[in-house]
Amino acid sequence: MKPANLSPKTLSILCVGLAIALGPIVLPEYQVSQVNNIGIFALVTLGLILLTGVAGMTSFGQAAFVGISAYTTGYLATSEQLPDWLGWAGASPWAALAIGLLLTLAVATLLGGLTLKLSGHYLPLGTIAWGLSLYYLFGTLEFLGGHTGISGIPPLQLFGLTLDQGYELYYLIWALVLVAVIVTLNLLDSREGRAIRALRGGQLMAESMGVNTYRSKLLAFLVAATFAAIAGWLYAYTQRFVAPAPFSLQSGIDYMFMALIGGVGQVWGALLGAASVTFLKQWLQDLLPHLLGKSGNYESIVFGLLIVWLMQKVPGGIWSWLSPKLPDWKIKKPAAPGAESGEKLVRRPQPQAGEVILDVRKVTRRFGGLVANNDLSLSVKAGEILAVIGPNGAGKSTLFNQLSCVDTPTSGEIHFRGVQVNGRNARQIAGQGLSRTFQHVKLLPTMTVLENVAIGAHLRGECGFISAALRLDRKDEAKLLQEARYQLERVGLGNYLHVEAGSLALGQQRILEIARALCADPCLLLLDEPAAGLRHMEKQALADLLRKLRAEGMAVLLVEHDMDFVMGLVDRVFVMEFGQRIAEGLPEEIQKNPAVLEAYLGGAE
Amino acid sequence: MSNVVDKPLLAVKDLCVSYGKIEALSNANLAVGEGQIVTVIGPNGAGKTTLLSALMGVLPSKGEICLDGKIETSPPIKEMIAQGMSLVPEKRALFATMSVEDNLRLGSFRFHRRPKKEHEASMEEMFALFPRLKERRNQLAATLSGGERQMLALARALMGKPRLLMLDEPSLGLAPLIVREVFRIIAELRRKGVSILLIEQNARAALRVADYAYVLELGHIAMEGPASQLANDPRVIEAYLGSSGKHQEMLST
Amino acid sequence: MNYQIVMLLGQDGVTNGAIYALLALSILLVFTVTRILLIPQGEFVSFAALCMAAMEGGKPLYIGWLLLALSLAALALEAKERYQANGKLQLKGGDFAFTLYSLAACALLATAPLGTAGKPIQALLTLGLIVPLGPLMYRVFFQAIAAGHSLVLLIVSIAVHVALVGIGLLMFGAEGARIQPFSEGSIQLGGANINSQTLWVVAVSLILIVALYFFFEKTLYGKALRATAVNRLGAELVGISPELAGKASFSLAALIGALSGILIAPITTIYFDSGFVISLKGFVGSIIGGLASYPVAAIGALGIGLAEAFSTFWASSYKEVIVFTLILPFLLWRSLAHGGVEEEE
Repeated sequence: MKPANLSPKTLSILCVGLAIALGPIVLPEYQVSQVNNIGIFALVTLGLILLTGVAGMTSFGQAAFVGISAYTTGYLATSEQLPDWLGWAGASPWAALAIGLLLTLAVATLLGGLTLKLSGHYLPLGTIAWGLSLYYLFGTLEFLGGHTGISGIPPLQLFGLTLDQGYELYYLIWALVLVAVIVTLNLLDSREGRAIRALRGGQLMAESMGVNTYRSKLLAFLVAATFAAIAGWLYAYTQRFVAPAPFSLQSGIDYMFMALIGGVGQVWGALLGAASVTFLKQWLQDLLPHLLGKSGNYESIVFGLLIVWLMQKVPGGIWSWLSPKLPDWKIKKPAAPGAESGEKLVRRPQPQAGEVILDVRKVTRRFGGLVANNDLSLSVKAGEILAVIGPNGAGKSTLFNQLSCVDTPTSGEIHFRGVQVNGRNARQIAGQGLSRTFQHVKLLPTMTVLENVAIGAHLRGECGFISAALRLDRKDEAKLLQEARYQLERVGLGNYLHVEAGSLALGQQRILEIARALCADPCLLLLDEPAAGLRHMEKQALADLLRKLRAEGMAVLLVEHDMDFVMGLVDRVFVMEFGQRIAEGLPEEIQKNPAVLEAYLGGAE
Repeated sequence: MSNVVDKPLLAVKDLCVSYGKIEALSNANLAVGEGQIVTVIGPNGAGKTTLLSALMGVLPSKGEICLDGKIETSPPIKEMIAQGMSLVPEKRALFATMSVEDNLRLGSFRFHRRPKKEHEASMEEMFALFPRLKERRNQLAATLSGGERQMLALARALMGKPRLLMLDEPSLGLAPLIVREVFRIIAELRRKGVSILLIEQNARAALRVADYAYVLELGHIAMEGPASQLANDPRVIEAYLGSSGKHQEMLST
Repeated sequence: MNYQIVMLLGQDGVTNGAIYALLALSILLVFTVTRILLIPQGEFVSFAALCMAAMEGGKPLYIGWLLLALSLAALALEAKERYQANGKLQLKGGDFAFTLYSLAACALLATAPLGTAGKPIQALLTLGLIVPLGPLMYRVFFQAIAAGHSLVLLIVSIAVHVALVGIGLLMFGAEGARIQPFSEGSIQLGGANINSQTLWVVAVSLILIVALYFFFEKTLYGKALRATAVNRLGAELVGISPELAGKASFSLAALIGALSGILIAPITTIYFDSGFVISLKGFVGSIIGGLASYPVAAIGALGIGLAEAFSTFWASSYKEVIVFTLILPFLLWRSLAHGGVEEEE
């Protein structure tokens, strides 16, 4: 491979890998053990970066996860009388790792299962309570040595090698850190990773694209717990001693600080954060007692204030400050794969022309005493565009929400391709071939246009976390990206594939949403005010696109205000006012309807 | 053409608002004279609400906002309230779990250092203006009907004795009879000397009550003029019903 | 376990539970008004208790310096923001109020014979020293980011707590302290001895809860705080500034925290970092209340106090484990009761 072909990811991994390989050669003995600790911290911090920086959740319980695994390892390695059924695990570090992982994941699944469906504050509070609880438990359980802990853990023996020197462990620790970094980078660049990143774009958007947001959150939480568990195993064999203190809530907070200081959105921020916090802490621990004339953990004052300052001034952490100063690798983005690969995603069976796709029967929606939709019936056929219009407050959004299964009708039925769907959720209806856009554009501004659109194809891929981590998903991934690219070219955004979505004009962002919806291979497109805020030329381009889709047999239902846009485009118009249907028919008929004119220009008196 | 008035209460010069990289309002110029009703009409997404939010200081903006001769750039909301600006937002922003009376009391919070008697007196004034609210004075705001909520939002804003009242779509979602009532009250307020900046989708009703009007399209002021003149302008009708010649003829008859 | 023991444990539980309930109310108040989970709530408790102990023991008090440092930081921020807004340095007399107050406090602490002043005066002084920390904390750490993402607010809240624990160690040292009870003796009630300290705690808690109820239901300022919690935009539009609401809710939190600290000082040995665990039990209470309901949070916190007392009897060393694990069934209940997808603000 020529250097010019290296992706920034590969290049950065190579650089760090080289630096790591040289480490023990240039570092003195005591610093090697320091760097070993940094590696262990970085592993935990990496999990937090995925959890907090990418998925937008917070945990202060990572130290407790480290503790579960470290104590498991320590206990299994030292206990003389393991119960018979556990006896086989005593001598094997692999067994200790496996059991430690299993226990950690069990606890994480329980805690995640309880809190991840709730709003953002329950997870951090839950992990704080859990972190404290476990800390007290470690200090109380007699078989774990109480407050004195477990000492005399034998050195780690792997494949007949005894790793008891700092530099021997060094290679193991840093190899694992590097693997974890690669796994994380691979994950982020995959179908599952996009789903996790989509969490920040609003869960409604992700769900409407068929992403099970609860599952994605749990996945991120479990990956973070896994990294913590591996770190715990390494910790036990590096220190050869475990006691409660390093697994306290205070340490959990320290890990969060490492992630924040390093740069919470960036994978390499984990290494940077772990290193800078460790060195700064050591320096302060030497300096402050000297300065204050007393001994104590006064560095916490500095760290606390530093974080406050950081959150106010540089919320992106050191990495965000540093990265613009580094050579720009972004230019060398790899070309989108797949243009040459012939394989395409399988499409769902397409409806016959003229088949009724959506059939709304006598739908009524009440909010308390307010009737927002009253006895509405309408239908959309394949190859037809229906516009729902009406003044603000007429109940169009309420109707739209029910059609996209965000809301459920109080009475009446909604049939999609002959199946009753009211009562299902947005994710289920997405799977059946209904795709939508949003009135207020919902996309991930820092992701590329291509990646944003690929979220739409979520349900058409099947590779999960494992294949993503091991890079076994490339074929599947290529198909997804090819589809995203095809849809972008179809809507006329083919020149913007690798641009950050946030840098597009509003009109282009709306078109991007349509491409994303098309990626799901829908039979029906629901468009929520697609022309709002568009300029004249953009509206014409949008209308042309919709005409093209109609000709290909797509059914389209759009809610719109812009009469000019609607009248020249659609086949039928459905007019609402005060939750009622006031007219329905061909555009020309609607334009002459006195009730419609009145609704739009106000009472004539 | 511009809104030439002797004493502009509010004059806005080159006001711009952006959300990230998207400019929602660009170089808007407008003026409201003392005692005038000025309306801003325009299609959805044109930037009407953005304009009001920037004027109230809820959103940061660029350009000059001149109140009573005092020029400011992106003034904070505190300052605008102190200057006598008041905004009734589209969503009303009532205190749903508090009583009608408490909502009104808090409406005059900016005078919280003044004696209680004064507050009670202005509350009675409001009850005179909105008799329905008096009947419901002890009910929670959440239990009111849509029309009553709009009345309460108006009354709460008036408790702060504003010099300029900014209304964001006050007829939104209200039945025709209540819309008429809202516009009756707007006309009555003008008689009492309150200046009003009105954002409306009900263009005909807004143009009937206003002195001067602006048409906002895609973040630009596309047209302006005396309200009576704009009401008959075919281009205004176009902005609402589309541009094909047919309806213009039909509507102008 | 006999009747006597049940009464004794129940008394313990109610005493601690009442304090947890106060803290739960305070946490909820701050959260609903400002969206900040006030993790440093506990520091108000421990600082107040340690202040009382230092006065009683005639030891020097350094908390005046903390007050002074925060006042100066607030003053500097005020000056900086005015300068950025208007291009000139303008400070009004009122801006110096906190600085002058803290200077006076420092002078008083350095000269007055506090050790012999008697409990009521010591308690008042403690309140006078701790309560201003509330609004100052809001001004210095939170005001600039008040509109930020809730995750940022939470992290800053944690960071302030971490810094304050370190400062607590610096000011009060690592030794724990416990003060003499406010009154000796006990009364007989239904065949059980009720400790007079319990009566103090319960009485003060009840008075405080009634006072808070009165404040929120009957006074304009109380209503203004409620209004901010109900509709932030609406409150801002009628002129209730977020700064005012933030400072007011932080003042109340500091008041409630300081009172809890004074009440708990004769009951438990308090260390510089004890406040956190105490206030976390208030957090558990407010989670039980769904971060929304005051009565449920108070009852939940009382329940935590009782659970703690009774677990001391059965499994003393697992006391904390049991209390913090109690949160799980409530999370399960919330999770099951919760419907579809939650859209974050």
